[in-house]
Amino acid sequence: MHELPVIEKIVDIILTTAQKHQINEIRAVNLEIGELSHLEEEWMQHYFDYLSKDTIAQGAKLKIDKIQAKMRCSHCQNEFEAYSGSSVKKNCLFCGSTELKLISGNEYYIKNLEAI
Amino acid sequence: MQDIKLIEVKQDILSENKELADNLRTRLQQEKTFLLNLMSSPGAGKTSLIQKTIEKLQQEFRIGIIEADIDSMVDSEKIASLGITAIQLRTGGFCHLDASMLNQALEDLEFQDFDLIIVENIGNLVCPAEFDIGAIKNAMILSVPEGDDKPLKYPAMFSVSDVVVLNKIDYLQLTEFDTLEFKDRINSLNAGAPVFELSCRTEDGLTDWTTWLKNQIDSFIQG
Repeated sequence: MHELPVIEKIVDIILTTAQKHQINEIRAVNLEIGELSHLEEEWMQHYFDYLSKDTIAQGAKLKIDKIQAKMRCSHCQNEFEAYSGSSVKKNCLFCGSTELKLISGNEYYIKNLEAI
Repeated sequence: MQDIKLIEVKQDILSENKELADNLRTRLQQEKTFLLNLMSSPGAGKTSLIQKTIEKLQQEFRIGIIEADIDSMVDSEKIASLGITAIQLRTGGFCHLDASMLNQALEDLEFQDFDLIIVENIGNLVCPAEFDIGAIKNAMILSVPEGDDKPLKYPAMFSVSDVVVLNKIDYLQLTEFDTLEFKDRINSLNAGAPVFELSCRTEDGLTDWTTWLKNQIDSFIQG
């Protein structure tokens, strides 16, 4: 839903990093993006191509590691995948408790750059 | 062929926003200005709830409004007609507000002069949940016609909200909406978050909400 501002930030961060490391060309950007963000990879790349035009990141590929949304049961402490279809689970898979906490799926993280 | 090097970045894309939001919160605490972030889908009743809240609390608090709905100037005109200072943010089609937009809006409003500032965030259940705007409390409104399954479809929104308002309860009889089930679902994601059932149209349940808000502001100002 908000690919554009997120990609603006990514381009900003990678160009700053590239400058520090005196890189000539960025070939790929490795990202970790949580499932809860609902970001569309196709649109992310599309905006990236647009915003990185005429920079050293032009043509770089976004390699996205989708991080699964997980829940932890506050009762039995077990962890499990949060989604069943398009909804998150209401009960713990192990003990049935309804006291669940989302523990992952919110990630917006730049791991590293592949550069020359 | 040149070798490809791996350059570590290890940076959270949202960290800058988070930091700015924390700074903003500190300044609001110093100035004793209670910032309430109101989030919902379009049409759930953000503007109506703001109007009703103003009517109930404007004798006690100096209230300011920051409008960010994509919809033109209509909303801020409605609020200004109540004699309340309102500013309209031009969000340029953005799907959410972030801390830097709020920083600017608070400066424009001269936030030090207010006890309560309500932000009408952009109508959307996904993005506003991810961008901390520096609010003292985050509230979300769901309206009965949207359905009781929303907490399970938009878990992030229901997890970050400190309080949930269920609006349009005058429609309950016309729908399959299960209030107990809805509260259960919120409680499973966000234990302890209060849920206020009300109708901005009939004003049923409205006082419970405004009393809660008043108490929050009083203890914030005293604390």
